[in-house]
Amino acid sequence: MIPKFDYVRPDSLRQAIKQLAASGTRIHAGGTDLLGCLRDRVFTADKVVSIGGLSELGGIKRASDGGLTIGALTTLAQLASDPVILKDYPALAQGALSAASPQLRNQGTLGGNLCQRPRCWYFRGDFHCLRKGGNLCYAVGGRNDYHCIFGGDACYIVHPSDTAPALVALGARVHINGANGSRTIPLESFFVPPGKDITRENVLAPNEILTNVSLPAPAPNQRSSYRKMRARGAWDFALAGVALSLRFGVGGEVEGARVVLSGVAPMPWRVAEAEKALTGKRITEDTARAAAEICIKGAEPMEYNGYKVNLVRALVEEALLALR
Amino acid sequence: MMKSIVITTTINKRKHELEVHPNTTLLDLLRDELGLTGTKRGCEAGECGACTILMNGQAVNSCLVLAPQIDGQEILTIEGLADGDKLHPLQESFLDHDAVHCGFCTPGMLMSAKSLLDRNASPTELEVRTAISGNLCRCTGYQQIVDAVLETEPVKRET
Repeated sequence: MIPKFDYVRPDSLRQAIKQLAASGTRIHAGGTDLLGCLRDRVFTADKVVSIGGLSELGGIKRASDGGLTIGALTTLAQLASDPVILKDYPALAQGALSAASPQLRNQGTLGGNLCQRPRCWYFRGDFHCLRKGGNLCYAVGGRNDYHCIFGGDACYIVHPSDTAPALVALGARVHINGANGSRTIPLESFFVPPGKDITRENVLAPNEILTNVSLPAPAPNQRSSYRKMRARGAWDFALAGVALSLRFGVGGEVEGARVVLSGVAPMPWRVAEAEKALTGKRITEDTARAAAEICIKGAEPMEYNGYKVNLVRALVEEALLALR
Repeated sequence: MMKSIVITTTINKRKHELEVHPNTTLLDLLRDELGLTGTKRGCEAGECGACTILMNGQAVNSCLVLAPQIDGQEILTIEGLADGDKLHPLQESFLDHDAVHCGFCTPGMLMSAKSLLDRNASPTELEVRTAISGNLCRCTGYQQIVDAVLETEPVKRET
């Protein structure tokens, strides 16, 4: 049984933001994460603000600069099957398709996928952990099979999104509307590391809404991909994954690269050093392996998640070789 | 104080005007208030697919849909699959292939399969497996289910 709350259905973004001004409010779009969190008492809500009916938050549109603007209410299923995304931003289509199940992809939205709460079983379970305002991270001395090997700082969650790493690799920006106006920031700086604020995963203020995501026009010789390893063949979160976006020169050398890991850090984990190592080189078995080795540098595995180090190395190497 | 909400919705081709509590899920509404118990309550977390129904033709987990969300939408449950006493071709094919073991996953499997066949009348085996990847069967009966979907007669798939 989901605890009681009031439910409002504003008919414009402005009204929705007004409704969010009260404390204890939560946003409802696809609801696939919200309902689970409310049912499991991960957090509570006095009032739930439905934004599912706001047409201004939907749709995939070509921008005037040749880029793409994707409304926050676009479902994962729409992202996975959109012809423009499949052609120009395959990493995003692959990320969306690799997330969850067909049912959840029909329900879950892009905005929700970026703002979903972590899946750490202590955070989701009946544990008053650091992220919920307690004073202990239970993963440190407990089962940490699915926790992070990079970027942990008192809390060791991984960011669960498969679209976020792809979008960071593709250079996405997010548009945010709130009571004090709107702002546009790189998706990369949307996420908040636990060392900065352990109680949240992104910069959204309680009275702000992520309204859309924009992608720059694809470069002529740009290739991108998202590759993910999970414990079963379908419907699971990433044990580890890698999103790549590579821009190739006429001679086949890499002119620009973005390498972003998933499933291994509290946020999409960009590896600038690997990007630098790839730049100016052709993708060969040697350069792919070297970049993969760089990606695992500094990994800090816990008692049960050391396997992720090998996974990352293999995934990065495989993904690079597949894109050449 | 939680206010109830009035919604109008079409469930199995019948119009309903309903007053719902906002914390009611579509699954609760179907089973507990409308007596449509063919939709099964499994994990209530979006993991098992036993509660799968079609909303505007799309397969969704009814345990993760709030009742107010179906305002103005069209819902199809397992009870609306057959045409009166005439079973849907998918149901016939499930019977022909012994694709029903304990039966708990069957309504959800059928709804996921219907959403696939409505879009794609002759799917590959991989497409069938992908379409039911959000539906768990704990009797390990997947092969018969996949066969049943693949061998549902295309000419009869119109309904």
